[in-house]
Amino acid sequence: MNIPPAYVLTLSGVLFAFGIIGVLIRRNAIVIFMSIELMLNSANLALIASARMLAPAQEALRGHVFVFFVIAVAAAEVAVGLALIVAVFRSKESIDVDEVSSLRG
Amino acid sequence: MTIDLVLFLGLTLIAVAAAIAMIVSRNAVYSALFLVLNFLTVATLYLLLNAAFIAVVQITVYAGAIMVLFLFVIMLLGTERESLDGGRIRWQMPLAIVLGLGIAGELAYVLMRNDAAQRPLADLSAGFGSPASIGRVLFSEYLVPFEVTSILLLVAMIGAIVITRMQRRETK
Repeated sequence: MNIPPAYVLTLSGVLFAFGIIGVLIRRNAIVIFMSIELMLNSANLALIASARMLAPAQEALRGHVFVFFVIAVAAAEVAVGLALIVAVFRSKESIDVDEVSSLRG
Repeated sequence: MTIDLVLFLGLTLIAVAAAIAMIVSRNAVYSALFLVLNFLTVATLYLLLNAAFIAVVQITVYAGAIMVLFLFVIMLLGTERESLDGGRIRWQMPLAIVLGLGIAGELAYVLMRNDAAQRPLADLSAGFGSPASIGRVLFSEYLVPFEVTSILLLVAMIGAIVITRMQRRETK
């Protein structure tokens, strides 16, 4: 691709900001979780763009390896997070985050 | 305007539109499907950035496995609809949108002006980012983190089972 990597980095920054907006305005726990996935994904995009920027140095491949680990950790995170959401739904009959306020002082 | 730029702008449009649609969809199933569209667009960008292996991993793991898990839980719980009232804090949504768009603008401005990222990209040999080249780095330099990842996945699996089992025992 023959465009400056700054464009791709900008796209990743904008997607990250939309993930933040999603976390802040939604109250459905699953949609909040999906917004977090969007942010992780935009961080991956920035890593890949940086790796392409530093290529053809062999060290640039470390960016790809890092993204590989981020995807593996995201998969583990989703498994545990969705199990927690299911557990909260069983006790509260709702996954609206406003309803989950038992720890409030 | 080169073909690369046209391609990139088209993908940017789809990715941002899918992200916005994911946030504003009232039905969580639609949100999940828009997120899949966003992941596929980003995978195409990975291909354009010479990251073939990561693009395939993105599609199989993210757009495939993880999003199927999301859709499964949404449909299992049957909570795809969300009530339309403003929630407990009335001013939260407008404030969040203003602050979020503010950080989006600032991030875009700072990243656009990044000097190191303005240079045109160097030409690459075909092997960069291929499964063979990633595998060589992964199994030599990063072998220990790779093995630790397998333990992490095992712990996540056990954790997910324990969390759901514990709940069932309490309700009995």
